[in-house]
Amino acid sequence: MSRKKVESSIEGIIPYSGEGSTITIEGGAVCTQLGCAYNGDEAVAYAAKQSNVDVVAAYPITPQTIIVERFSEYVANGEVSTKYLPVESEHSAMSACVGASIGGARVFTSSASQGLALMHEVLYLASGLRCPIVMAVVNRALSAPINIHGDHSDMMGSRDCGWIQLYTENAQEAYDLTIQSFKIAEDKNVQLPITVNLDGFFISHSTESMKSIADEDINKFLPPRTPIYKLDHDSPISIGGMALPEYYYEFKRQQEEAINSAKPVVKNVGNEFGEMTGRKYGFFEAYEMNDADVAIISLGSTSGSVRSVAKKLRANGEKVGAIKLWMYRPFPTEELFSIIKDLKVLVVMDRAISFGAPYGALCSDISSILQNRDSEVKVLNMIYGLGGRDIPTTTIQQVFEESLHTAKTGEVKQRIKFLDMRE
Amino acid sequence: MNQKEPLSKRMKLSWREMPFAGIMFEPGSSVEYKTGDWRIERKPQIDGEKCIRCFICWIFCPDVSIKRVPKPYKKHIESVEVDYYHCKGCGICAAECPVNAIEMIEESTDVP
Repeated sequence: MSRKKVESSIEGIIPYSGEGSTITIEGGAVCTQLGCAYNGDEAVAYAAKQSNVDVVAAYPITPQTIIVERFSEYVANGEVSTKYLPVESEHSAMSACVGASIGGARVFTSSASQGLALMHEVLYLASGLRCPIVMAVVNRALSAPINIHGDHSDMMGSRDCGWIQLYTENAQEAYDLTIQSFKIAEDKNVQLPITVNLDGFFISHSTESMKSIADEDINKFLPPRTPIYKLDHDSPISIGGMALPEYYYEFKRQQEEAINSAKPVVKNVGNEFGEMTGRKYGFFEAYEMNDADVAIISLGSTSGSVRSVAKKLRANGEKVGAIKLWMYRPFPTEELFSIIKDLKVLVVMDRAISFGAPYGALCSDISSILQNRDSEVKVLNMIYGLGGRDIPTTTIQQVFEESLHTAKTGEVKQRIKFLDMRE
Repeated sequence: MNQKEPLSKRMKLSWREMPFAGIMFEPGSSVEYKTGDWRIERKPQIDGEKCIRCFICWIFCPDVSIKRVPKPYKKHIESVEVDYYHCKGCGICAAECPVNAIEMIEESTDVP
């Protein structure tokens, strides 16, 4: 069978480059990196510290994570000059962040689960007022029943809030992408808030070995924020006015343009970061996708398990691949299509239910881009791991095996399946 | 803003031309937004004869729609006028007037 080889020059697609800390690039990395052991939360807090954040406003109690706890220690120890505002709710936290950002500050916050839900209203203000706030979202389940363990329900619930949304696989990526996020958000063509998503407990509370970058290298990579407009006594402006039906629609169109113009910025910043550290980022990472028949696409920590199963099956001669999506919003439509169009079966893993929808949120996006291009790729949707339910590699292997069977026979039993569900 | 104009005429700027994030660079621009057409049923009418120029209506108006204008009238050096482009017809001026010089009259069909 002839198959078009995927061009490695396609923008934003990063071929999988190796396992863990063995990553090397030609000529070696050009920055000082230190091996360290952090959990995802500590890694994000450390990244925020190194990014010289001016203001952190956060609600410090459950469902808050160690991120803000650790950051408040930096403040208490005088290690940072950040203004830290422990406010009375997440709604206030995001409101304070919006105000600080409009004032020209570099702003960081974090939240999770019910906290993100409480912020929901103000998330739209942050994007509508074009505030380049960086927020680490530790993805956790929403009540009821009360759970707070890892799944993507919280961020998927606020999916359309106009924020750029990045997902990370481990503590290293959470650290790296937090640093990059400031640069992406504050780009003059973007000026939008951004979330760095890390799976609750799987990443946030698991200590891993990772590499941190020296302060002076980060300072070179990430200069201080230069706001386009800010509240200023000398040149006063009004921010947050009303726009009735005659104008509102046009402002929303501007926002759509802004989030789409974040695409090249995410790519360029990812490349620049790669040149500095040896760890290149883009829209997604493709593992063994050049001649794959079956592939699994996933967000967050599951991507590591998927890749390890794919590696095992590859050793047995099965043509399987894996895609890890870093950038969920803006959605890398064309780039993703170019890499999945020749597959026979694509399995989309959703760690959240979009109740009453035909598929999970990620699968709906992927199905729509394939359908619009008359693609014959069979899409299977796997809902999994809600409320922190573990997703073992045996389950992923089973998914691959069933999908390989579907690829051979062309027969689709179930388009949407709830993995490891007690029937 | 004349509501009778077609929508296409009223919407002048394209989305590319509109200011970033809806920022307003001119202070007090809400004056240009004529909200008088929100008014229904009744509007205030000031009787220049009865009016003693105490300016209580000018103080009380919640929408800054009572204007002091330098128009001499008999012994008075100033007059008060209603800005019908912004008046919502709440009637506070008529209620507060100590000499009953303000009457709330029925809104005519042709809105100013």
